Amino acid sequence: MAAVTVSIVRFGGSNCDRDAALALGSLDIDAEIVWHEDGLPEATDGIVIPGGFSYGDYLRAGAMAARSPIMDEVRALAEDGVPVLGVCNGAQIGSESGLTPGAFTTNRSARFQCEHVHLRVENADTPFTSAFTEGEVISLPIAHGEGRFEIEPRKLDAIRSDDRVLFRYCEADGTVTDVANPNGSTDNVAGVLGERETVAVLMPHPERATLDDIGASNGAGTDGAGVLRAFE
Amino acid sequence: MTAYTATVTVRLKHGVLDPEADQTRKALERLGFDLDGLRSADRFDIDLDADDARSARERADEMAERLLANPTIHDYDVDVVEAE
Repeated sequence: MAAVTVSIVRFGGSNCDRDAALALGSLDIDAEIVWHEDGLPEATDGIVIPGGFSYGDYLRAGAMAARSPIMDEVRALAEDGVPVLGVCNGAQIGSESGLTPGAFTTNRSARFQCEHVHLRVENADTPFTSAFTEGEVISLPIAHGEGRFEIEPRKLDAIRSDDRVLFRYCEADGTVTDVANPNGSTDNVAGVLGERETVAVLMPHPERATLDDIGASNGAGTDGAGVLRAFE
Repeated sequence: MTAYTATVTVRLKHGVLDPEADQTRKALERLGFDLDGLRSADRFDIDLDADDARSARERADEMAERLLANPTIHDYDVDVVEAE
């Protein structure tokens, strides 16, 4: 067992918490699911905010969970350099809470989309992407209705120049096109970093493409393991 | 203290894509309506007691800033009236 204990924050309506625990466990990363009202355990050395539909997506996806007391603890640990990863609804919570820039809102299609996507690694110099090289194309599944990344043009310029774009939706050969953009995200952005490179949110699901048996049977592959190795 | 109702209307900023409104417009067109555009908004009617209309507005503003609107994609406005 690795020394790191990852706390997976469960809200009412989280539904990828057990998947995240299983995926991290398969990588020999110690992880436990934490009910948000119980607060973070003292031994927390990493945090995953999992996917789901916290608070029924009321008001806006992630809006309620982002303002729950445990997020103050998450923000404090994030500022201390503890790695934090928000996935899908966790990404919406992360952006709503101000951990990361921009917002995730209704897909361009106005539909819930569940499919495999290709992602180009834009910055390989982070814990979440150190398993990859810059420009490498990986494949992960998405499953969301509100994954369209929106950000003011001025702030987009800022995060691009600060190298805070983590992944962009792309074709299998790495070309970034509008067709490869499943939800209409600004600049095809699929994942971004917070103020530190140890804080990241992304709409695709690494925990659904980590286990060998599942990845092989549903075509998801195991690229997600590279993202979750941030917690090793 | 006076009873007020603060109405907070939250809209997508100009230029931000609104796929739900687009689908609603299409559905209306399928029903035979002729329209040139449709925008959606969320409206919150908040009942509160305050010393005066200005302080009621300030509190509603803060509610919009901290929760009801997301500044990345939304504009909002606040109207305050004395409760009936």
